[in-house]
Amino acid sequence: MNRRIKEKIIEGFFFLNGIIVIGILVGIFVILVRNAWPAFHDVSIGDMIRWPNWNPDAYTTPTYGVLPMLMSTLMVTLGSLAVAVPVGIGAAAYLSDVASPRVREIAKPVVEILAGIPSVVLGFLGIVLVGPMICKLTGRYNGLNAVNGSILLAVMALPTIISLSEDALGSVPRSYEEASLALGANKWQTVINVKIPAAASGILAACMLGMGRAIGETMTVLMATGNAAEFPGSFLGPVKTMTATIAIELGEVAYHTTHYYMLFVVGLMLFIITFFINLAADVFFHKHTRAH
Amino acid sequence: MDNKIRMKARDVNFYYGTAQILNGINLDIFANNVTAIIGPSGCGKSTFIRLLNRMHELVPNARLEGSITLDGSDIMADAVDPVEIRRKVGMVFQKPNPFPKSIFENIAYGLEINGTRNKQFIEDKVVESLKKAVLWHEVEKRLHDSALRLSGGQQQRLCIARCLAIEPEVILFDEPCASLDPISTHKVEELILELKKVYTIVIVTHNMQQAARVSDHTGFFYMGKLVEFGRTEDIFTRPREKRTEDYITGRFG
Amino acid sequence: MKAGSLRVIEWLGFMALRACMCFVVLILVVVFYDIITKGIGIISWEFLTQPPLDGMTKGGIFPAIIGTLFVTIIAGLLAVPLGMGCAIHLNEYARDNGLTRFIRMAIRNLSGVPSIVYGLFGVALFVEAAHFGTSILAAGCTLGLMTLPVTITASEEALKTVPRAYREGALALGATKWQSIWGNVLPYAVPGMLTGAILGISRAAGETAPILFTGAAFFLPDIPNSLFSQFMALPYHLYIMSTQHHNIVLVRPIAYGTALVLIVLVFTLNLAAVMLRYHLRKKGIAHGQ
Repeated sequence: MNRRIKEKIIEGFFFLNGIIVIGILVGIFVILVRNAWPAFHDVSIGDMIRWPNWNPDAYTTPTYGVLPMLMSTLMVTLGSLAVAVPVGIGAAAYLSDVASPRVREIAKPVVEILAGIPSVVLGFLGIVLVGPMICKLTGRYNGLNAVNGSILLAVMALPTIISLSEDALGSVPRSYEEASLALGANKWQTVINVKIPAAASGILAACMLGMGRAIGETMTVLMATGNAAEFPGSFLGPVKTMTATIAIELGEVAYHTTHYYMLFVVGLMLFIITFFINLAADVFFHKHTRAH
Repeated sequence: MDNKIRMKARDVNFYYGTAQILNGINLDIFANNVTAIIGPSGCGKSTFIRLLNRMHELVPNARLEGSITLDGSDIMADAVDPVEIRRKVGMVFQKPNPFPKSIFENIAYGLEINGTRNKQFIEDKVVESLKKAVLWHEVEKRLHDSALRLSGGQQQRLCIARCLAIEPEVILFDEPCASLDPISTHKVEELILELKKVYTIVIVTHNMQQAARVSDHTGFFYMGKLVEFGRTEDIFTRPREKRTEDYITGRFG
Repeated sequence: MKAGSLRVIEWLGFMALRACMCFVVLILVVVFYDIITKGIGIISWEFLTQPPLDGMTKGGIFPAIIGTLFVTIIAGLLAVPLGMGCAIHLNEYARDNGLTRFIRMAIRNLSGVPSIVYGLFGVALFVEAAHFGTSILAAGCTLGLMTLPVTITASEEALKTVPRAYREGALALGATKWQSIWGNVLPYAVPGMLTGAILGISRAAGETAPILFTGAAFFLPDIPNSLFSQFMALPYHLYIMSTQHHNIVLVRPIAYGTALVLIVLVFTLNLAAVMLRYHLRKKGIAHGQ
C-alpha cells in the first residue's frame, strides 16, 4: 500500500509541473489584462484607433493612437516576409530535393547557426552594416528605416521558414514523387507541380510561424528602424513598431500611470496577435499531418 | 489428468474507446499446463493475454467487463496493485526487448526493483536463471557485455531468463518466436516444455504447429470471440466447430 | 515543349533554388566575417577581465560576462527541471484528455509569445508583485519562463525516442511506473533532454528584450553581490554601446568586441549541445530497433 501512495505522490508531482505551465500562460494573460485594464478608463478604444499619433509626453493632451505602430509593425513584417518567404521556400526545396546528402550535412547546420544568432547582434549589424549600405544605394542621409528592419527580420524569420518547410516537403510521401516521375515529368516539374502543392499547408504553417517571430521581434527593429513616432510614410522612412515602443518607453515611464497601462495594452495586443497567428499555424500543421 | 485451475476468465468483454475487441470470453488456465491461444491476426488473442497481467492498463481508453481471477481472487479489483499481479504473472513479448544494459544487469534489474540488495543472492540468481533458460553456456564468459549484441534467439531466451529470475507463477508468452529463425524457435519451444514442470504457461501463437507441439490446451479466437477451447489433441484432431477446422486446416487466416 | 527546353527550365529552376540557399549561407558568412574581423582586434585579456573605464570608452566587459552567466544559470535552474517535469507528466503519465490538450496548447502558445511580452510579464510579476525589484533574480526568472517551452518540447522529443518496449519490459517484471521511468526511460532520455535544454539556454543567454526592464543595468563596475542586485549583461551592453552611448562612433570597437564575445558564448553553448548529441549517437544508444 505504501508503494502505491509513493507512486501517487510522484505522479502528483509531475502533474503539478504540467499545471504550473498552464498557470504561466494564464498568468501572462491575466497580468497583461490587469495592467492594461485601467488604461481603458482613461482612453477609449475609439480614441486609440482614431488618434493619428502616439504622443504620451505631449504638453497639453497626451495622445495614444495605436494605428501608427500597428502600421509600422505591419510594414516591417510584410517587408520581411517578401524576402523570407520566397528565399526560405527556395532554400527548403533546395535542401529537400536538390542538394546531395553531403551538401545537406553542411547546409543544415548553417540554418541552425543562423537561428542561434542573438537578435541584438543582428540589430547591431543593422546599424553598422545594413544602414550604411541603404544610404549608399538610395543616397539618403539615414539608413535606419523600415527597409532595414525588414531585411533583419527576414534574417530572423528565415531559419524558421526553412527548417519547417523542409520538414513539410520531406513528409510528402515518396509515392507522389515517384508517380510524377513515372509519368515522364522531370524533377523540376515534380517539385513545382507535385511536392510543393502537396506540402502547401505545412509550408503555410512555417510561414505563419516565421511571421509570428517577425511581429514579436524586438531588438532588431528597436535598433534598426529609426523609431520615429509619426505615422509611417514609406519604407524608406523611420518607423516605430509595437515592440520597439514598449522597449523604449517602459524604461522611462512612471509606474501605474495611463502611459504605463497603455504599454500593457500594446503588450496585450501583441499577445493576442501572436496567439492567433500561432493558432492558425497550428491549424495548417494539423491539416498537413492529417493529409500525410 | 487435468490439473487444478490457476486462472479463470469469466464473461470478459474488452473495449478500446467504443470499439469492442473481446466479446464474452470464458476460459480456464490450468496449473503446470501450456495453454495455447491461436487465431488469425486481429482476433484479439494478444489483447487477451495482456489482460492476464493487467498490461492493458498502459493503453488509454481501455475498458474491461467481466472478471479474471488468479487462484480464485479477482486480479482486476481496485484494491489490487497491478504491480503485485505482474510479479506473479510474468510476460515475454513478441519482439525480444532486452534493456540496453549488460546481460547481467538485465536479469538483476527485476530483482533490484523488487528490493533485493544482497549481491551474492543476485549473482546466484542470475546464473540460475540463465541456466534455466538454457542460455548459460552461450553467455557465461560475457555476462557484462551489452545484451543488444546477442542474437535474436539469445535475446529472447535472455528475456525469458529475466522473467524467471523474479520467480513468477504464471508466464505469458506473446508470440515469442514471431521474430526468430527455426533453430532459435526450436530452442524456445524446448524451453517452454521444460518450464511447464514448474510454471503455468500461456502462449499466443499464429503458428499452429507450434501450438500443437507445445500446448496441452488450445483456445481458438476469432473476431474477438473464443470459438472453441479444449485439449490440444481434441482441437487439432476432432474440432467441434467448422471455423476451427477451417482455420487449422489452413483454409483461411 | 521539346525535351531540350524542358531541361533548360529545370536547370534554371534548380539554379534559382541553389541561389536561395547560397543567399542564406552568404548572410551567415557576412555576419560572422564582419563581427570577427572587426571584433577580434579589441579582444585581450584586459578586455575580458576588466570593467568598463573612463565613461565606458575604455576597459573591458567583465561585469557583463559575469552578469550574463548569472542570469543564464538562473534561467536554466528554473526552466530545466520544470521543463523536464512537465514533459515527463505529458509523455509518461498524462492521459489524452481536455487538461492535457490545454497544457499542450499552453506550451505552443508560450513559445510564440514575443520576448518583449515576457519582459512586461516579468516587470508586473517578478519586479513588482513579487518584490524582487529590478534584479538578477527577476531577470533570470523572466528568461527562465521564456526558455520553458523549448525545454519541454525538447524533453518530450527525447522521451519519445525511448522505445515502448523498455517501459513494457520493466512493467512486466513487476516494476512500478516510477521504477520503469527512473530505471529504463530517463537514463536514455536525459542526454537528449539536456541537449535541448542547452540549446534553449543558449537562446536565453543572447536575449535582450526580457531583461531590459527586469534588472539589466547600464553601468555597474562591480560584480553583483546578491540575487537582488542589478547587473550588466552582454546583449544589453551591446545594445547600449551601439545606440545609447554618448559617443557611439568612438566605442564602436568595444561594441564589436562585445558582439564577438556574445556570439562566441552562445555558440559555445550550442556546440556543447551538438557535441553531446553527436557523442551519444556514436555511443550507439540505438534503442534496440
